[in-house]
Amino acid sequence: MTASTATSEAAATTTAEHAAAEIAAQFKGQSKDDTLRDYLAMLRIRRFEESAARAYTRGKISGFLHLYIGQEAIAVATKQAIAAHDRVVSAYRTHGFALALGSDIKACAAELFGKAAGLVGGMGGSMHFFDKAHQLWGGYAIVGNHIPVATGHAFASKYTGDGAVTLVFMGDGAVGIGPVHEGMTLAGVWKLPIVFVVENNQYSMGTPLKRSVPVEDITARAAGYGFHSDRFHVTSVHETRARIAAAVDRARADNQPSLLELITYRFRGHSMSDPAKYRQKEEVDTWRLQDPLERTLLALQQLHGLDEATLEQHDAKIIAEVDAAYEFAEATPQPPPEARFENILVGE
Amino acid sequence: MAILQIRQAIRDAMKEEMLRDERVFLMGEEVGHYNGAYKASEGLLEQFGARRVIDTPIVETGFAGVGIGAAMCGLRPIIEFMTFNFSAVAFDQILNNAAKIRHMTHGQFGVPIVFRGPNAAAHMLGSTHSQAFEPFYAHIPGLKVVAVATPYDAKGLLKSAIRDDNPVVFLEAELMYSVKGEVPDEEYTIPIGKADIKREGKHVTLITWGQAVPISLKTAELAAKEGIEVEVIDLRTLRPLDTDAILASVMKTNRAVVLFHGWPYGGVGCEVIARIQELAFDHLDAPVLRECYEDVPFPYAENLEHLCLPTPEKGLAAVKKVLYKR
Ligand SMILES: Cc1ncc(C[n+]2csc(CCOP(=O)(O)OP(=O)(O)O)c2C)c(N)n1
Ligand SMILES: [Mg+2]
Repeated sequence: MTASTATSEAAATTTAEHAAAEIAAQFKGQSKDDTLRDYLAMLRIRRFEESAARAYTRGKISGFLHLYIGQEAIAVATKQAIAAHDRVVSAYRTHGFALALGSDIKACAAELFGKAAGLVGGMGGSMHFFDKAHQLWGGYAIVGNHIPVATGHAFASKYTGDGAVTLVFMGDGAVGIGPVHEGMTLAGVWKLPIVFVVENNQYSMGTPLKRSVPVEDITARAAGYGFHSDRFHVTSVHETRARIAAAVDRARADNQPSLLELITYRFRGHSMSDPAKYRQKEEVDTWRLQDPLERTLLALQQLHGLDEATLEQHDAKIIAEVDAAYEFAEATPQPPPEARFENILVGE
Repeated sequence: MAILQIRQAIRDAMKEEMLRDERVFLMGEEVGHYNGAYKASEGLLEQFGARRVIDTPIVETGFAGVGIGAAMCGLRPIIEFMTFNFSAVAFDQILNNAAKIRHMTHGQFGVPIVFRGPNAAAHMLGSTHSQAFEPFYAHIPGLKVVAVATPYDAKGLLKSAIRDDNPVVFLEAELMYSVKGEVPDEEYTIPIGKADIKREGKHVTLITWGQAVPISLKTAELAAKEGIEVEVIDLRTLRPLDTDAILASVMKTNRAVVLFHGWPYGGVGCEVIARIQELAFDHLDAPVLRECYEDVPFPYAENLEHLCLPTPEKGLAAVKKVLYKR
């Protein structure tokens, strides 16, 4: 063993021990049931997407497929933080939101396969998930163009007094584009019930954050719009939930918009066609220590003594559900030819 | 002669023009460190450095406008849109600045700029990512619009576009970057505004461009098996339009079909047909037909997308229809 590998192994052990202590502190107040619930909700999204990646490789899914692996805690926390009539608007990295919000897992898989039983009838694919019945208002694939639209949802809420809060999610790469500024300006001027959430996963495609924003702290912009702001690392569902919930409360109670920056990481490439050669393995490994899924698993094992067999049972159940969804997606029919003429205009 | 892919021909055109003219630079998303989303700028950052191969954040209005402003100062920007779908975000800059500045300033300023990138449908990208933009840009006086289908044309026309003193919209296609073809080793350019006969024939003229060129050539092959000789005219430039080339062929064949990637309503297909009926009405033995996208937003589902696209089989049916054959 060379001196340098010895040193780095020692460093790794220290980090692992340090991580264990940190996790114990972080999850201490959480019940076993809640921790397990959060873990399984995240695991379900991850297993769904691992299967999506395999189906893509087998040519069953086409187009652009952007995976949420590493960011699942955000969708799970969002679901827990919102009321039943609130709205969630996302960009194109949307599978996690759909599953967390309660969309039918079979319809999600079928959409990826371009089938009639898909979430949007096979019209949109991975980038365009919408499920109104489950509070998912998109699914937008042109960077930033959903921000004014989400602001419009919040405008409608204030107009009608429906009491709903709109939560709109965007990537770190989206914050420079014009519509984001315009949507935020209007939300600030009109004091709308909205929460803007930047999912800062460090990259926009191959571009690291430092090359896309002039000031690394994205929430520095909040002052200019008169927003509340909050900025934190996403390492657990419960902490993320609490901080999103605080912003939702401000929006609902006082029409006070917020800008949240959630620091996270995507472990896969930008989309399935991106080999992610722009980052080193060491970087990815460092972020793995922050993966909320891994940390929650450690908490379950260390704090609640959950054994391998029990965990395996839970996993097997999820895998069975996911497998069934993909089997359904494969077997269910494509849309009928006439479907391509539907829903272009109404009342024709 | 070298055999190159279209992406390499585009890269070589940019490289040669950057070597030739210090004012030429490339700007866009992922053009540098990532070597281009579709690898059309591979190696350019390494060769020319970050001063001339410039990665931008996702800000289409921003970098299109910056390109226009720099061009007004005498630089010669090549602006890459990751796909032309995202040029919609920059549309105001192209419509109201790039195309208007020379006219509006009574010639005080020019905008020698190229906007380039992949256009039109690829495979199962859904409605927002499958759009053909030539109708929007060819509609605008003050712009030139080019669409290429071979490595030879791509290199020769891109070099002309970069040297042109006017704003040029240069349309490529995602699914065609790997198409190979011969490219001369020596320097050459192809003039903007000249169509090219990609296959000669005497029965029907098939007018086409961009991603539809290979479909048209296959259509001609299918037709040949039935004894029909189709002449395939690749417009290569959509504004200005090579009316002479279109008319010469139509006056020979007396029948025409326009086959393209794009919606039928309005646009370049209609412009071609308008000119034919206006200038060669007496030579026509049948109405001029269009074969193109269906008039719908693009669905993701593979079977539906396929139904929306032009194909050689549909092209053949149109060819036979103008011949009144079954
Ligand atoms: C206006 C526009 N420009 C470019 C693209 C191509 N594109 C899609 S996603 C993406 C990167 C976005 O990164 P980020 O906002 O950080 O979100 P992430 O993918 O990391 O979730 C780019 C450049 C697009 N979809 N829309
Ligand atoms: Mg990002």
